[in-house]
Amino acid sequence: MTMVFGIPIQAFLGQLLIGLINGSFYALLSLGLAVIFGLLRVINFAHGALYMLGAFVAYLLLAELGIPYWPALIIAPLIVAAFGAVIERTMLSRLYDLDHLYGLLFTFGLALVIEGVFRWEYGASGQPYAGPDLLSGGTNLGFMFLPTYRAWVVVASLVVCLATWLLIEKTKLGSYLRAATENPTLVQAFGVNVPLLLTLTYALGAALAAFAGVLAAPIYQVSPLMGSNIIIVVFAVVVVGGMGSILGAILTGYLLGIAEGLTKVFYPEASNIVIFVIMAIVLLTRPAGLFGRDA
Amino acid sequence: MSPLLQVRDLHSWYGESHILHGVDLDVSEGETITILGRNGVGKTTTLRTIMGLVRQRKGEIRYNGEDLIKVPLHKTAHHGLGFVPEERGIFATLSVSENLTLPPKVAEGGMSLDEIFELFPNLHERRNSRGTKLSGGEQQMLAMARILRTGAKTLLLDEPTEGLAPVIVQAIGDVLRTLKSRGMTVILVEQNFRFASRVADRFYLMDHGRMVGTFPVKELDANMAMLNDVLGV
Repeated sequence: MTMVFGIPIQAFLGQLLIGLINGSFYALLSLGLAVIFGLLRVINFAHGALYMLGAFVAYLLLAELGIPYWPALIIAPLIVAAFGAVIERTMLSRLYDLDHLYGLLFTFGLALVIEGVFRWEYGASGQPYAGPDLLSGGTNLGFMFLPTYRAWVVVASLVVCLATWLLIEKTKLGSYLRAATENPTLVQAFGVNVPLLLTLTYALGAALAAFAGVLAAPIYQVSPLMGSNIIIVVFAVVVVGGMGSILGAILTGYLLGIAEGLTKVFYPEASNIVIFVIMAIVLLTRPAGLFGRDA
Repeated sequence: MSPLLQVRDLHSWYGESHILHGVDLDVSEGETITILGRNGVGKTTTLRTIMGLVRQRKGEIRYNGEDLIKVPLHKTAHHGLGFVPEERGIFATLSVSENLTLPPKVAEGGMSLDEIFELFPNLHERRNSRGTKLSGGEQQMLAMARILRTGAKTLLLDEPTEGLAPVIVQAIGDVLRTLKSRGMTVILVEQNFRFASRVADRFYLMDHGRMVGTFPVKELDANMAMLNDVLGV
């Protein structure tokens, strides 16, 4: 049997893949957080709740209306984006002139409210959600059995992250977004409707979270607590990547997912804390994050 | 004919501090005026208040017959005003061409990119660089050029020559004369008195948050006493 550092290569590659799949969720979620933080300067504690909301909207679309996975993958993010836009316009936007702490407290409270509503309705246990038939089954890779759906998660996450990055770096809308991140007042003085841009940005972040939620629904069960379970890790990812760095958020998401997976091979006991250990080390040595610019 | 821009009894505040104490200002179409005054008398604040960047304001700002006081910041530019801030406001995360095309078009008749690159050949050479990699002079050119593209009819220009080498200052003077020949209205805040007297039609003297005098550039000699008094030179 081939060994890598005294570990069977099967176990090594298997955990690498699992890490990549987890990293796919981290990347999608931390990307949304980074986009929102960059422009709105709000640490969006409701991000986990929006992720959970995406999964629940997909679940309800199927259970109540019979709308299956593929349309739900588009519809659920749109619904959650619209919800995010309403939240931003009616509530969050009133807090921009205050200390950033208020935005954090508000989104934290919002997350508790959203989760509370779903716990009250559905309890803490998970609801099963059927993935698409097209992606059932899997492939024997020799070193592991790869369910087709999980391969799809990696591909979908990569495509959406890349598309979002291109949107921000290469389009006109993206140049407004980058410029407004640097100096919102001047961009507004040029005649750009910056308040609308802020709303769209929050909606985009919400849509990314919801997209991750729908992707997660067939793997993990749809549960009111799924958001709060993952969001703490995602915050660590954003801190390691550097607050507000788009590319940093994406790359760090995948990297930390893989680091977590590999730790399961070498020292399983540490796999739950490895991300936070990395976060502590990065904060001590590079407080602005791996990809962040010093503020 | 009523002036293009008519400001009456304009007051503005930064928080508790009352900066403008009743500014009156008239600028005709195609005219270049320069606001002179010591540091801290409210010259920059006058531009920022007209543009709507200072929101705590009271009085009348009539532009093309419309009162701008109630117009939100992101709609002011669409009335035809373009702002070039003192710190130039070039974006580091945008390339030179992205910086150039950032401000949306607000009216017909703006310069095309070709015309802009003819007027500012350096910008064409460096169009793929990051905006803040340009020299100070090039950044000033870029800050002006991006407004010229938008079709704005009035340029609010805050100390364009600050910290720049004489040859660049001369180039900016040339640009301002070109703009004038195209009918652009310019409101200039400038410490460089010699530069100002080469490009302006008329001076406004400012002290303690209001305008204390105005005279055409050709009556400069007759007004030297007042100028010295206000500028304290």
